[in-house]
Amino acid sequence: MEFSGGKRKKLRLADDQRNACYPHSLQFYLQPPSGNVSLTEFETLAIDRVKLLKSVENLGLSYMKGTEQYQSKLEAELRKLKFSYRESLEDEYEPRRKDHISHFILRLAYCQSEDLRRWFIQQEMDLLRFRFSILPKDKIQSFLKDSHLQFEAISDEEKTVREQDIIASSSTFGGAQLDPESVYKIPFAEALDLFRGRKVYLENGFAYVPHKDIVAIILNEFRTKLSKALALTARSLPAVQSDERLQPLLNHLSHSYTGQDYSTQGNAGKISLDQIDSLSTKSFPPCMRQLHKALRENHHLRHGGRMQYGLFLKGIGLTLEQALQFWKQEFIRGNMDPDKFDKGYSYNIRHSYGKEGKRTDYTPYSCMKIILTNTPGQGDYHGCPFRHSDPELLRQKLQAYKIPPAGISQILDLVKGTHYQVACQKFFEMTHNVDDCGFSLSHPNQFFFESQRILSGGKDIKKDSVQPETPQPRPSVQRSKDSSSTLDSLSSALDMDLEELEELLQ
Amino acid sequence: MEAFDPAELPELLKLYYRRLFPYGQYYRWLNYGGVVKNYFQHREFSFTLKDDIYIRYQSFNNQSDLEKEMQKMNPYKIDIGAVYSHRPNQHNTVKLGAFQAQEKELVFDIDMTDYDDVRRCCSSADICSKCWTLMTMAIHIIDRALKEDFGFKHRLWVYSGRRGVHCWVCDESVRKLSSAVRSGIVEYLSLVKGGQDVKKKVHLSEKIHPFVSVFLNDPSPVRDELQQGFQRQSNSPQRWETLKNTINKYQKNNKNDKCGLWLEWEIMLQYCFPRLDINVSKGINHLLKSPFSVHPKTGRISVPIDLQKVDQFDPFTVPTISSICHELDVISTKEEKENGTESDTKHRTRDYKRTSLAPFVKVFEQFLENLDKSRKGELLKKSDLQKDF
Repeated sequence: MEFSGGKRKKLRLADDQRNACYPHSLQFYLQPPSGNVSLTEFETLAIDRVKLLKSVENLGLSYMKGTEQYQSKLEAELRKLKFSYRESLEDEYEPRRKDHISHFILRLAYCQSEDLRRWFIQQEMDLLRFRFSILPKDKIQSFLKDSHLQFEAISDEEKTVREQDIIASSSTFGGAQLDPESVYKIPFAEALDLFRGRKVYLENGFAYVPHKDIVAIILNEFRTKLSKALALTARSLPAVQSDERLQPLLNHLSHSYTGQDYSTQGNAGKISLDQIDSLSTKSFPPCMRQLHKALRENHHLRHGGRMQYGLFLKGIGLTLEQALQFWKQEFIRGNMDPDKFDKGYSYNIRHSYGKEGKRTDYTPYSCMKIILTNTPGQGDYHGCPFRHSDPELLRQKLQAYKIPPAGISQILDLVKGTHYQVACQKFFEMTHNVDDCGFSLSHPNQFFFESQRILSGGKDIKKDSVQPETPQPRPSVQRSKDSSSTLDSLSSALDMDLEELEELLQ
Repeated sequence: MEAFDPAELPELLKLYYRRLFPYGQYYRWLNYGGVVKNYFQHREFSFTLKDDIYIRYQSFNNQSDLEKEMQKMNPYKIDIGAVYSHRPNQHNTVKLGAFQAQEKELVFDIDMTDYDDVRRCCSSADICSKCWTLMTMAIHIIDRALKEDFGFKHRLWVYSGRRGVHCWVCDESVRKLSSAVRSGIVEYLSLVKGGQDVKKKVHLSEKIHPFVSVFLNDPSPVRDELQQGFQRQSNSPQRWETLKNTINKYQKNNKNDKCGLWLEWEIMLQYCFPRLDINVSKGINHLLKSPFSVHPKTGRISVPIDLQKVDQFDPFTVPTISSICHELDVISTKEEKENGTESDTKHRTRDYKRTSLAPFVKVFEQFLENLDKSRKGELLKKSDLQKDF
């Protein structure tokens, strides 16, 4: 693929040609895309697909795959992000092209480690499964043929002869009748997962696979091919990474937070200091709740905790003056000398509000950042309790927060599966008495905002600058010619890490 | 039959490898028509020599090379391994990681000791005609599945020399199968699961897969054998009836896992169904005892089993190395008396034909004929496709 720096060059094809390029709403991504794409589009495509795959993950955890809710929510997400999903829609060229290119871009970002690969393959498989499940019957055969899979549907006579055997072999048939659906004849070695458990009828080296089971096989094929492709991609990655236009984006993509950044403009001054204690039990996410408690008990917090909690407070609306007062009051209770506070700690607080040094207005940490970076050590209270607490300790904490035992088990199961943010969502649902929190948690300030919304009866809390899901350009930072907004916010996050290192007081 | 004395092995083996081992047919087998270059040359053999010296990564250039080496080393035991990416005897010269096992026949090993929990007549290395029935049943069951379910055409069953049988599946596509698929095949064929600590080892789900039901419904001798075999173990036909009736009664009153729909069949199958060792089958680089190898403890030759006559196969009548060597001696002495000359080389190569080894080599030759026929068929198909006349 070629990357152009300036204006977008779009290939203009005649309608027929466009449809021929992408004859189906889904594909196995066997061929890489060709043509040109601008850097901006490159970035947008990548981010949109990351959002899509994260939704796929989230929905898969919140709902049983294949249920009505799951299907409709996933379809809504696909529509919102303008990806292809349905075969029958008109003029699907753009969404399909988007789907094609974005997949290949993400291969570059997600081939780099075993964990990333596993995650990417899992979500892509779930996405494919969904799309295949809504494919109309008459389109299936042509899709399979176009994808070079040698699955031939057997004739009705052949089916009747073997009917009893097929029914007896397949676990997907309840009754004694074979559905009028197709049965496919494939070489037995391609139905490994089915025949090893004797879940399919074998005859003369072929497996007679009912339509319902063919999906598992197709997905397996897909997984094998994608796995190999990712391994190959990883090998050619150094060449791609040497392109400095792409390198920062690819490196950050797998860790990127793609939602609101909860900067302060809208909220400033809405909270008073005496509200904080009660807010901490009502609307704070567990990570901040435990930081607040530790601060109150010890009259002190270490650097990591001060950063994580301090920026969160800024995000919920604490002004600089309030922040200074808040921290000073508490530290003095711990017998700190007020002068020492002014000399050492207040500079930092002003710095994090963008009033010192580089004057970067630091944004509160996202869940991703809290989970992945700066692991807490002995004597630290920051981090994500679902990620960083020992399961037994976490259980005790949840019990202290009055979560019912069934809820605790659910949460612990999610934690075991490393779905920390979903576990926190569950926590939200339990503490706010709702079945479905209605959002996909990715930021502590989001937790707070949503909580306040529910507690105030659903009225939208006034936010002046409600920012859309895609990152906006930041006027305060110089934009280089080819960089984009995400790169800016990502690089400021990067800067913050460096700043932290510099300013490590302890 | 001449008694076998392991102490005589060195001498007996010398004679065996010089005049009786069927090198021609053996090479014909492993060369597979010479279609793939270096297929034979990249095959690993391992030898176990006197005093338990074990050497791996043996490989040979051609039939005569094989003959010379075997006669020189006089191996007590010969194993066949995989076809590798390079000549195994040069594997040390190959770059690390580049020396890979690529193809091998799909093999199964059914061993009588695996049935120890249900054998009452013998244990461990012993066998008797009673428990050999279990082996016969195993061959029927597995062979039918390999042939009819998987479509495997070239299956060589070999008596291991003491207490079990091996099966070598030699179809071209099968030799290329991955380890995962091989494991899957063993799983498909396995009904009896669980080791010493598992009491009930057979679990049938509500729906019975054709693989299993074929035996339960088969009106052929196989099923009668199964039932008879079970009854023999239980010592009484009445016990079987009583067991069935009791279970039926219990099932009507009580529904739990221990008394599923198929309990009586499960019990029977636990007694009678073949038990496979997955480790033998799944590894492409696994080494298995070669056909026509000698068993160092019993002296019996690992002979091919005629599938048409498997029910009549009697392991106690399989020739031992001492018996065939003795037969050869007798014949040679007779000839010398008659012709006044020593047997010449021409006779030597056909010497096995004059011993009890002959019928077994014939079975092997039939197997090779079938392989040849298949190969010709494939080549014809390919050349037709390419329009190569």
